[in-house]
Amino acid sequence: MRTLEVKGIRIDDTFAEAFDMRAAALVITAHSRRWARQAAVTMSGFGTSVIACGCEVGIDRELLPKETPDGRPGVRVLLFAVSTSELQKQLQNRVGQCVLTSPGSACYAGFESTGEKLKLGNALRFFGDGWQISKRVGMRHYWRVPVMDGEFICEATTGLTKQAVGGGNLLIMGAVRQTTLAAAEAAVRAINGVADVIMPFPGGIVRSGSKVGSKYRALAASTNDSYCPTLKGAVPTVLDRDIGCVLEIVIDGLTDQSVADAMRAGLAAILKLGPKKGALRVGAGNYGGKLGRHHYHLRDLLP
Amino acid sequence: MTPLVLTLRGHPDQRLDMSALVPQKLAGKSIREIERIEIQTTRERVTLGDAFKIRKGSPAAVRLNGGSDRLDRIAAEMSDGEIIVEGDVGQQAGCQMKGGRLLICGSAGPWAASGMGGGTIEIGRHAGERLAGPLNGETAGMRGGLVIVRGNAGEHVGDRLRRGTIIVEGHAGRFAGSRMIAGTIILVQSVGAMPGTLMCRGTIVMADKTCELLPTFSDCGRQDLVFARIMASALRPVSTRAAALIRRPLRRLAGDMAALGKGEIWLVD
Repeated sequence: MRTLEVKGIRIDDTFAEAFDMRAAALVITAHSRRWARQAAVTMSGFGTSVIACGCEVGIDRELLPKETPDGRPGVRVLLFAVSTSELQKQLQNRVGQCVLTSPGSACYAGFESTGEKLKLGNALRFFGDGWQISKRVGMRHYWRVPVMDGEFICEATTGLTKQAVGGGNLLIMGAVRQTTLAAAEAAVRAINGVADVIMPFPGGIVRSGSKVGSKYRALAASTNDSYCPTLKGAVPTVLDRDIGCVLEIVIDGLTDQSVADAMRAGLAAILKLGPKKGALRVGAGNYGGKLGRHHYHLRDLLP
Repeated sequence: MTPLVLTLRGHPDQRLDMSALVPQKLAGKSIREIERIEIQTTRERVTLGDAFKIRKGSPAAVRLNGGSDRLDRIAAEMSDGEIIVEGDVGQQAGCQMKGGRLLICGSAGPWAASGMGGGTIEIGRHAGERLAGPLNGETAGMRGGLVIVRGNAGEHVGDRLRRGTIIVEGHAGRFAGSRMIAGTIILVQSVGAMPGTLMCRGTIVMADKTCELLPTFSDCGRQDLVFARIMASALRPVSTRAAALIRRPLRRLAGDMAALGKGEIWLVD
């Protein structure tokens, strides 16, 4: 594979291949920043990949009290799924089990959409067993559901976007785990500053990148053996002799542009850290360009 | 935008039905055509031109100079635009209104905002009784929108209120929120006896701790209501006094248990 060298780091002349997804956003608030974050983290659990989790969920950013509908600290959470029906199901289950249950929480639409909407409070209100209260304030519709610590306030619906993109990625390759992880963490920190994106894997980083298919019929995906350093020599590898560890960052965004911005920010952070403390090489995962219509060429994202 | 200005020539000899004077009905009409619109309520014919001097302007913004308690049904069924009345109006101001803004600088007669479905009505002075209530034979009163009364309001504010928000910044008469179906009423100052009589659902927010309450409301104690924050934030631009009231510590009284019992009074604690 052709590579470019920037600041001593080899950049593969390749592209990340990403897919169209459906997405929704929520604003979760609570009486303190800690509890708003707790509800958001709980809701994001087991939301790393649509392959087995149904959806990909993550925290976009924390919100100041002045940015939330009820003037309390909040967190904006994004959910991505491959279909509207799956997104609706995941939204309802996750808010019902993880946000409704969290002390002092309230849940609002993360963005408005003029077209199709997803049920939020309109689905969860039945928990009130007839004691739920509908309230309209201006153009917004809320449900007040009585719970044991007072009331759970939930907006009736939330917006849905079909312009979302899932699967932007960076493959970060280094000599050892310590330096590779340092580069990946620097990229995650930088991407956290980009609006409208999430990195759904643990801490934003995935160490078990996958390829399509498996020798076992039951599995749709299996380990990306050509990037496994322990299989060098056993399988056709794409790794150089000096690469001993590979970590991946997967990015989902509400728009094509937000994913590109996130990859650009991550790449810049890796280059800034340099090859001594961080990565020796950066690549991106794709399927030959045949599966996803969004292609992010690394050479176009260089600072 | 230059408004269409109507200046009252004198106190009307009969009650006048002003419901034709709404932007959607005036659109595309010449001054001559507007002057010929009939507004009488008796057999004696009266046109807009007879009662008002009319100055050309956009019908999307109508301004009435001079008011009278004989000017009935101002802004009835208005769907958009703005009407400003520099004086008093008669009964049923803004009835069946669907959108737009009605500003009455003086006082309004009974049944203002009756059957209103959307938009905003602001009454600079006082409102008569049955503000936003249903007319005889109707099953529900106001169905949406926002009504603000800067002065006092008569008895039965928000009778059979179905949806929407009413703010009374002055005194509210007896039986405010009677038979409420839903919606919100905010009573900033003193309140007459027995608010919320037979209310099914809905919210009455009030500051008057000395008000005579019905025994069919049960005290839920002081509550930290998150929804109060949302309401306060939304109402601050239109009524700082209402917003300030909602942000104070509140007790919740559930009722009326003589009816469905799913309504509530938020009482300043």
